[in-house]
Amino acid sequence: MKPPPFEYHAPTTLDEACSLLASLEEAKVLAGGQSLIPLLNFRLARPRHLLDINRVAGLDRIYERDGGIAVEALGRQAAVEDSDLVARVCPLLGEAVRLVAHRVIRNRGTVCGSLAHADPASELPAVLLALGGHVIAQSARGKRTIAADQLFRGVFETALETDEMVVEAWFPASPQPFAILEESRRHGDFALAGVVRADTRLALFGVGSTPVLADRSDATRGLQPSGDLEATPDFRLHLVRVLTEKAFAA
Amino acid sequence: MKVNEVEYPAPADARRLLSDHLRHDLGLTGTHVGCEHGVCGCCTVLLDGNPVRSCLMLAVQAEGHELTTVEGLARSGAPLHPVQQAFHETHGLQCGFCTPGFVMSVVGLLAQHPQPTAQQIEEGIAGNLCRCTGYASIRRAVTRAVELSK
Repeated sequence: MKPPPFEYHAPTTLDEACSLLASLEEAKVLAGGQSLIPLLNFRLARPRHLLDINRVAGLDRIYERDGGIAVEALGRQAAVEDSDLVARVCPLLGEAVRLVAHRVIRNRGTVCGSLAHADPASELPAVLLALGGHVIAQSARGKRTIAADQLFRGVFETALETDEMVVEAWFPASPQPFAILEESRRHGDFALAGVVRADTRLALFGVGSTPVLADRSDATRGLQPSGDLEATPDFRLHLVRVLTEKAFAA
Repeated sequence: MKVNEVEYPAPADARRLLSDHLRHDLGLTGTHVGCEHGVCGCCTVLLDGNPVRSCLMLAVQAEGHELTTVEGLARSGAPLHPVQQAFHETHGLQCGFCTPGFVMSVVGLLAQHPQPTAQQIEEGIAGNLCRCTGYASIRRAVTRAVELSK
């Protein structure tokens, strides 16, 4: 397999990246590439320009901000997994990131990339939503904050404009008690369904076109999950009920 | 980029995957290519010491970095790397297609956890698929590699 043709750009500063993103048509930002490269290999994505931000220096910090954890665009999932700061301030994030694929994938994959990719079955968007976090989007026009409940618009769709990139994700400190539970066919696969609990808040993933907030007393209300070879819609609803019960049993 | 401590010229084509670059351009066919979308783990190599999927990277992204492939673990004629020796001793392979990926993942695992728990071993090899062995002998290989690495 081979990605379709594209023009490759490797900016070394954020300003350069933003001005390229503003001037190029049909450009995609390449960070960890653990979702984008498979899409290219399968030719499900055919961007005309690929903007590789891996050579932008100093964009990989994981630090404490406003009582929560900020992860910059090149903060790898493995670094978040290993971070003592994350374990102390937002253990929910530390636990969730371990459910993302496998360590070898997490060595490259980024937290911000998972959020921008917005796969409805992935863990981190649901964690951001359950915690009420946000992302900072930057473009040549400036910066803006997009709250989690405004970010996810549909399957692989976000509120990001075509000239914007996520430069930072912010996760509030995780309250007690918290939990993230999911069911998948194989360890490291995308979840058939999953739940994130942050104290009284509940977010679900894998059961809609975006992660969704739900009420624990009637978690499946209004859900219309899709069915596929791995799980019927009814089975997904069943998983939501069981996992919600487990998450709130603790 | 440096591969197994040898400096190579930059890849000519930006769309060349690192896995294909290693095999087709550099002739390092020890890195195997299975699924080409990051699921099977056969193409795992070390990038600056950390295991990564070479099918999920463009070769141009490895410019300025150091790569280790399975060929770099032990020179021809030299004793095997402890992880290779362990796979050999415990029959951690049958057809061998997945083996280079497993070996590189386990090298990465032992660098991260020199004394891995049973769960860390399971997690460490969970990203690699083997259709022959049923994994029991591969788990034994990891345990043996820990002993041989002492």
